[in-house]
Amino acid sequence: MAPRDSIGHAICSARERGGPALVAYITAGFPKKESFRELLGAVARTADLVEVGVPFTDPMADGTTIQRSSRASLEQGVSLKWILAELEAFSNEAPAGAERRAPLLLMSYLNPLLAFGIERLPDAAAKAGVAGFIVPDLPYEECDTLRAALDARGIALVQFVTPVTPLDRVKMLSANSSGFLYAVTMTGTTGKNVEVPPEVFEYFARVKEVSPVPVCAGFGIRSRAQVAKLAPHVDGVIVGSALVETLERGEDPSAFLQSLR
Amino acid sequence: MNHAMNPSEREALFENVMNDAYPDARGRFGPFGGRYVPETLVPAIERLQAGVDRYLRDPEFLEEFHAELKSWIGRPTPLTYAPTLSKKWGAQIWLKREDLAHTGAHKINNAVGQVLLAKKLGAKRVIAETGAGQHGVASAAACARLGMPCTVYMGAVDMDRQAPNVGRMKLLGATVVPVTSGDQTLRAAVDEALRDWVSDPNGTYYCLGSAVGPHPYPYLVRELQAVIGREAREQIVAATGKLPDWVVACVGGGSNAIGLFHPFVKDRTVQMLGLEAGGKGTGLGENAASLAYGRPGVLQGSYSLLLQDEDGQVQETHSVSAGLDYPGVGPEHALLMTIGRVKYEAVNDDDALAALAECCAAEGILPAIESAHALAGAKRLAVQHPGATVLVGLSGRGDKDMPTLQRTLLKGQL
Repeated sequence: MAPRDSIGHAICSARERGGPALVAYITAGFPKKESFRELLGAVARTADLVEVGVPFTDPMADGTTIQRSSRASLEQGVSLKWILAELEAFSNEAPAGAERRAPLLLMSYLNPLLAFGIERLPDAAAKAGVAGFIVPDLPYEECDTLRAALDARGIALVQFVTPVTPLDRVKMLSANSSGFLYAVTMTGTTGKNVEVPPEVFEYFARVKEVSPVPVCAGFGIRSRAQVAKLAPHVDGVIVGSALVETLERGEDPSAFLQSLR
Repeated sequence: MNHAMNPSEREALFENVMNDAYPDARGRFGPFGGRYVPETLVPAIERLQAGVDRYLRDPEFLEEFHAELKSWIGRPTPLTYAPTLSKKWGAQIWLKREDLAHTGAHKINNAVGQVLLAKKLGAKRVIAETGAGQHGVASAAACARLGMPCTVYMGAVDMDRQAPNVGRMKLLGATVVPVTSGDQTLRAAVDEALRDWVSDPNGTYYCLGSAVGPHPYPYLVRELQAVIGREAREQIVAATGKLPDWVVACVGGGSNAIGLFHPFVKDRTVQMLGLEAGGKGTGLGENAASLAYGRPGVLQGSYSLLLQDEDGQVQETHSVSAGLDYPGVGPEHALLMTIGRVKYEAVNDDDALAALAECCAAEGILPAIESAHALAGAKRLAVQHPGATVLVGLSGRGDKDMPTLQRTLLKGQL
């Protein structure tokens, strides 16, 4: 089984259990570098998929929460190299099948990946147990090199669609997305506290209809009520800023994630 | 995406430049450039591209643009011979006076062109970022002139060191938003403007102030600023009967430099020199000289040279000049350096300030600290090439720099 297939399986089995898949985002090394693996373990036991954020100095698609957590991680010296080493150790810690553990995706802006080297990234990621990548500043037209490199190791590259993406482009992007399709709930950055407007459900319906891969909704998802509203329209929901804020408050991330189901 | 290339590849790129092949259909200047934006912005960038393709060739649009350049900005700006500096430095120094353009710098050429374009594209509001405040003032003025609401993002550090420009923007009707994230200078302001644009990609027009960012911005800004070089080329030929030996400009993101250089690129006898901010030294974080010390990477929409650490994290920069205080540089400059068509060097804070003082005393012109980097470069060239004819882009006036000058050159004198 290619690493990317574990993503679809995780979403399917969440679906079978009756809920949308819960995709949890944490910034690697936030709040404390030393407790990253412990935190990751807790999140990976509760969520169906985990997005591990590679901090970057200029997170232009992110709101203030993830800007803060990224900066805090960078100040502790977190780098992609460190993250891959930690993930490798994490993947080797527990024997496979000993417990339910969510597949991991790396969410990174392009420049840290370029600095690491696109040639050696797929091997290092495969070794670290990474099933897919999400790169918010890499539109489809610029992604050939990375996509081909990841593809060769069976690793997914997730594409985005947004409420302003024309339908033809939604078709093209979903046909070329692997793992899942990241459907942004609104125009804006991550973490905004806004109600999901009704026209967004029509947009999700259009996206679902054409997408050959599961559709996960993200940006601004914070409450059980929102998750319940979105549940009939998508295959998964992505929770990032709200989880990071839970960590900032020193509260239990697993309990927060459970409260969304 | 490999910066290293062999001589025959470089030669091929050189010939492509001579044949006006860049940007290509993918928005590339050789290996540099491109369009690295979140998916939310892709439709907006495609609309902008369509607008650029249509209006930059539309006689009616160009007529409107040139009318504003003439009657509102005051173009053509003069080319001034600098007799005292010429004598002192031992070369023929000519100054292209963008400091005499309305609002006091070259930025207005681009701002009025883009705000005109924004109106054609049906935008409801204009946003802009600013470092030294010159692009913010230019955008605010152009928006006031053309009846568009304007919001300017400006780093909190820059608001402090360019305080006079903050007041000007407000008087011109713009909303100035202080940026307290990141390094609180130009780069953080661009990040914040991009976040604003992502929130309203259909109604908002992002008026980017330098030859950086995703395609088509580097091309659009170059085309709107090329009026500087076209005028200067004609003026210097009229005044001296020949092309200059050297053309010199300061480079932050690189808009005044590309505007001045572009019309001379095919003149193979004309050599060109771009001066970056050398700040306090050559170490990471001590300067803003991306071409001299940077490595290839992607920041704010394009692949170019970038001041970054080994993990790809963008570094904070230092320069006495807010307008050059940026860790990246326009992709076309990265190409012109790679193929050897333009030489780029760094000028440190002290040399820039010294050149500023010399220009004031010798020619009665207070240049912006940014432009003073170009003057320091011209002085260096004069030593190496005595008697050469050197055309210097005086990109802006220094009134806005008074708070900085009072803390530096005038310290203890007032």
